[in-house]
Amino acid sequence: MLVHSRPARRAVHTLFFLLFVPVFALPLLVIVAASFASSWSGALPSGTTLAHYRDIAQGDALNALLTSVLTALTASVAALTAGTWAALAAEKLGRRTRRLLDALFLLPVAVPSVVVGLSLLVAFSRPPFLLNGTPQIVITAHTVLVTAFAYQSVTAALARLDPAYEQSAAGLGARPAYVLWRVKLPLLLPSLTAAAGLCFALSMGELSATMMLYPPDWTPLPVQIFAATDRGSLFAGAALAVALMATTLLVLLGVSRIRTKASYR
Amino acid sequence: MPDTEPGRTKALWALPPVAALTLVFLYPLALVVWQSITPEDGGHSTAPYTQVFAEASFRDALTTTVLIAVGATVGALLLGLALSLVIAFVPFPGGKALSRFIDIFLAFPSFLITLALLFLYGTVGMANGLWTDVTGAAHGPLDFLHTPWGVLLAEVTYFTPFVMRPLLAAFSQVETGQVEAAASLGARPWRIVRKVILPEALPSLAAGGALVLVLCLNEFGIVLFTGAKDVVTLPMLVYTKAILDGDYTGACVVAVVNIALSVALYALYRTVMSRTGGGGAGSLTGGAPHRAGA
Repeated sequence: MLVHSRPARRAVHTLFFLLFVPVFALPLLVIVAASFASSWSGALPSGTTLAHYRDIAQGDALNALLTSVLTALTASVAALTAGTWAALAAEKLGRRTRRLLDALFLLPVAVPSVVVGLSLLVAFSRPPFLLNGTPQIVITAHTVLVTAFAYQSVTAALARLDPAYEQSAAGLGARPAYVLWRVKLPLLLPSLTAAAGLCFALSMGELSATMMLYPPDWTPLPVQIFAATDRGSLFAGAALAVALMATTLLVLLGVSRIRTKASYR
Repeated sequence: MPDTEPGRTKALWALPPVAALTLVFLYPLALVVWQSITPEDGGHSTAPYTQVFAEASFRDALTTTVLIAVGATVGALLLGLALSLVIAFVPFPGGKALSRFIDIFLAFPSFLITLALLFLYGTVGMANGLWTDVTGAAHGPLDFLHTPWGVLLAEVTYFTPFVMRPLLAAFSQVETGQVEAAASLGARPWRIVRKVILPEALPSLAAGGALVLVLCLNEFGIVLFTGAKDVVTLPMLVYTKAILDGDYTGACVVAVVNIALSVALYALYRTVMSRTGGGGAGSLTGGAPHRAGA
């Protein structure tokens, strides 16, 4: 406790909420409010309507949501596989080589997403790899962008893992593959599901690289939201944004349930 | 050691993921650099660089990018420090829930903030609506969203949680005994913050700030959604050149400059991190927002 007198504490808390509410809480609330608004010219929305949600249920938006979910699922699985594999392999390497692997796999974070998109566009529009204009190029971009996060989470989890389990299993004669499958991966499961949730959320909201790459028949939700707001349909954009946030939250919630179940074992 | 595999076999296990990364990330990046030194009229030279550097639009974009990134980082650091100090040291009921809320915030895409700001401070937004309702004026006073200030506000909002995560982790390591002792010896709160708390949290603050600076330099969604013609940052310029103008060589030149800037900063960040340990800032999102089982 830093501030002891009650009035001073109250003043600090008031100041805190004066900063916190408009900056963090209000934006998310306002998007939800706008998604139900028929028009907004005063301080508050002047009418409520479900029309924007009905439009989602009928139009391209549902398709975009499905596209986003499929992209995010595929990218998360691919990123998790690559990231976990790399992290497990890095753990066995010497200090120097491990550092190099760390740097390599974390590099996509430092490179702007737009540039990742541009680079895939440049690389895969020419032989030997022709992917330009396919859904695969979007999924590849998302995978590149989220693999770093999977790698980082698994590396951190491996560092926290008690080596005694692995050693005693090996001491009892279990072969490395068996130790990995029956001891290490189950112990890593909570971190893996958490990493999967993070990868999914990041991929769902990815816009920068997607804007560089998306083919007309594979437009993820963020692109759709941009298209809506760009042509001035702010309320429709807000409804799409709510759909995006709700889907992301649902998946994160589901993932955290798996996590709590796993931690009981 | 339990496994008896020779060192070479272990290294072989690292090959498949590295090969995959090379194919989808390093090889494309190399091609970007290659394309940037390949002018349209054939051959290889640094002519594209001279040409792009001579453009006023490029120099403006570079200045805008750096200024906005530095401004947003400073803003996020100050706001994040203030908010984290209150959550950690002047606790109130619901503070835990707030830090959970901040985790969720990190999982959302950045452009949602700009979208929200349009409803809050846009020309027909909440704040201006309130003003016209109260004063009866035809227009509200706020019209800054399409200026660099709008981008700055959105970036400060979006990136402050990235500073708060590692800070809150570092603050939880500060001995409450030290704070209590300093207070009972008559130190004022501000002095305690400066002399006891800040020195402990400095590595996390530096790490969080460096990460946010890199992310701000690379931010695209916020700028795109702002839709202002006169706010062009480097990522935006890459997009405009490549997609709208079809000038891939020019786009690659800007991309190389952007990569050089961000990667240099990121390398600095990693060095700071490995020197100091960086508290809870070891993770990309500043102290793994969805840290499992820990």
